Amino acid sequence: MEVLFYTILTLCALGVLAAVILYFVAQKFRVEEDPRIDEVEKMLPGANCGGCGFAGCHGMADALVKNDDISSLFCPVGGGECMKAVAKYLGKAAAEKEPQVATVRCGGTCEKRPRTSQFDGTKSCAVASALYVGETDCAFGCVGYGDCVEACNFDALHMNPETGMPAVDPDKCVACGACVSACPKHIIELRKKFPKNRAVYVGCVSKDKGAVVMKACKAGCIGCGKCVKTCPFGAITLIDNVAWIDSSKCKLCRKCVNECPTGAIKLVGMDPLPKTPKVAPAKPAAAAAKPATATATPAPVAAKPSAAPVEKPVAAKPAAEKPATSEEKPQTPVQETPAKEAPKAAPAAEKTEEK
Amino acid sequence: MRTFPIGGVHPSANKLSAGKPIEVLPLPDVVNIPLGQHIGAPAVAKVAKGDMVLTGQLIAEAGGFMSANIHSPISGTVTAVGPQVNAQGLRQPMITIKREGDDWVETIDRSETLIKECTLDSKQIIEKIKAAGIVGMGGATFPTHVKLSIPPGKKAEILIINGVECEPYLTSDHRTMLERGEELLVGVTILMKAISVTHAVIGIENNKPDAIAHLQKLAAGYKGVEVMPLQVRYPQGGEKQLIAAVTGRQVPPPPALPIDVGAVVCNASTTVAVYEAVQKNKPLIERVVTITGKSVKNPRNLRTRMGTPISMLLEAGGGIPENTGKIINGGPMMGRAMVNLESPVTKGCSGITVMSGKDAVRREPSQCIKCAKCVAACPMGLEPYLMAKLAQKHGWDSLEENMITSCIECGCCQSSCPSYLPLLDWVRLGKQTVMGRIRARAAAAKAKAEAAKAKETEAEGKK
Repeated sequence: MEVLFYTILTLCALGVLAAVILYFVAQKFRVEEDPRIDEVEKMLPGANCGGCGFAGCHGMADALVKNDDISSLFCPVGGGECMKAVAKYLGKAAAEKEPQVATVRCGGTCEKRPRTSQFDGTKSCAVASALYVGETDCAFGCVGYGDCVEACNFDALHMNPETGMPAVDPDKCVACGACVSACPKHIIELRKKFPKNRAVYVGCVSKDKGAVVMKACKAGCIGCGKCVKTCPFGAITLIDNVAWIDSSKCKLCRKCVNECPTGAIKLVGMDPLPKTPKVAPAKPAAAAAKPATATATPAPVAAKPSAAPVEKPVAAKPAAEKPATSEEKPQTPVQETPAKEAPKAAPAAEKTEEK
Repeated sequence: MRTFPIGGVHPSANKLSAGKPIEVLPLPDVVNIPLGQHIGAPAVAKVAKGDMVLTGQLIAEAGGFMSANIHSPISGTVTAVGPQVNAQGLRQPMITIKREGDDWVETIDRSETLIKECTLDSKQIIEKIKAAGIVGMGGATFPTHVKLSIPPGKKAEILIINGVECEPYLTSDHRTMLERGEELLVGVTILMKAISVTHAVIGIENNKPDAIAHLQKLAAGYKGVEVMPLQVRYPQGGEKQLIAAVTGRQVPPPPALPIDVGAVVCNASTTVAVYEAVQKNKPLIERVVTITGKSVKNPRNLRTRMGTPISMLLEAGGGIPENTGKIINGGPMMGRAMVNLESPVTKGCSGITVMSGKDAVRREPSQCIKCAKCVAACPMGLEPYLMAKLAQKHGWDSLEENMITSCIECGCCQSSCPSYLPLLDWVRLGKQTVMGRIRARAAAAKAKAEAAKAKETEAEGKK
């Protein structure tokens, strides 16, 4: 009985002693954190996407509270309203930014850009583009394995099986820029978001000369410069054989769209201007009647039987030599739809470790 | 018999063309010479469209210390200097020459006579090698004159000649050693003189007994030259593996170089090229290329001028066989599949391997079962499964800590993986990214230092 009593007593005494020590230690080493940081963090969307440049929302909140000038800080997910609320709470001037949307600047769909080889390695854009040109002859275009889709935290990017390219859902896109940095070919750009998700942009980033672009892809920018001359707002510039429309200057007048000889300039959410050659184009008023045409992804392509992955496309082309381009081109790519899109492995341009 | 201490695999050798003597491929009508066919800065073109060039004439000059000269492999007219599609399908600056006859530069000695004596001193030899544009012909294409220029404070103790040729299928070094043994040995003495060492070892795997016997017989007449048979094991031809096999010394991780353990390694074909450059004034304009593959009708070894389209080699091997899946520039372990058969033979192209049917297709990968076979196979003592995972998760900093820059991309991990995981794909991506980050960091540090220096001088100027 006595033993039990002493045991309990000792334990209690130890507990009290430890509590007293802990109390003073906690007093001594208390970390003062601005309570506003937690408040600001609650105001932020909490997506922890890193779109602001910080590792997560807490880091952003910390910076917002500690910096006097927060005009360089912007949360793309919360947007202007969120930033205004934060700024009001902190009594600072908020950054203002127009809403943006990720845009895939490549029009090299399966039918426009023939596949000339098959990649047998890891289905990752980064891996494939570090190794070689990719399954087509265009060294600048979309590789099509969806590194951007994987990078998107907001379910805003999906591979379109018909085009073999990613499609952005503008309503879900928050312009965090994760896809922009994930794309090894740098074809995704954050552009100004127009009302009703309308957009006019050059769907090509190829710096190759016109003849080379034409050979590889039917939808590429050949750098002819017609659009530059047409644009009444000076929004289009031609650098390195590729046109670029400055979305902050573009007024969506669509004149360039009709001028483009290859259809590289994409029109989203609007009808094109009626084609009236050599006459001053009519005002867009007439265009309102028809429903909006398809977007970056051209109107449904003649349905392709590609949905079901073909097991071994090898069989489809016994004699054809995949790695080779120039000579073999006619055999492999042209209209061999099933093999073209089959995500399954097949002999391909890639280094191997057989044996 | 010696070999390197850790890792390695035993791929089946498939040396189909080992018994085929070197033949000469007819001259191509048009050649494309890439300006960047070596490690380091690309060469700078010294000719323009319309210029007439002779065989062996300098057409592009080294674009820096780590770079190499390039000479015209044929005589004719330059028709273009500009981007052309290379074997990877990417556009790369090349010089295009249309052949007219085959007139050589007069100073080049084209006779077959063996010149044993070399009266030049070390500096002159290295200068001649540099002028001839010689780079490592085993595949790494490291400029040889850079390798031979021993940095101050370091000393070479041994010269190792790499006659291992551990890559399956390829036989160009093997045939060179057999047929040009005399030249090779004179080349060895020249290299020994260049780096002032008294001991040279020619390392040859013992699956080439004829080459070992032949060179051993010849080496008896040369002081300090030893032929060392080595156990067969891939990747023994790797520089660091060969040094470990021959000397037992371990080259520390990068940025350390073989010279840090006193060794200089030179490929057998390169050594013959050194002989030709120093004794015959002949620049590096041709090399032996193996055209091989199980389905190739006539696998053989061809002396080929640089810039020859690879399609010509395939033609010489009996045309592209049916059911070809991949055509690889190099061997099956280290080579890269090509997408453009019109791409040219370059200084580092030791063979063309044709893979057909099942051999050409990778097997479907499954889960990593953590068996660590890749770890056991890695000759650099790395953990490939971990590095592949880290590369997938973009853990670049951890990759750097895990010494990914030591990877030699030999492919042992991937070939030993029972789950057929594409380990090398990811490791290579990781290595590339980490190297890029290291370079960017160095550049940023340099810029910062320069800015600080400029500020300092400015402040001093004000005073």
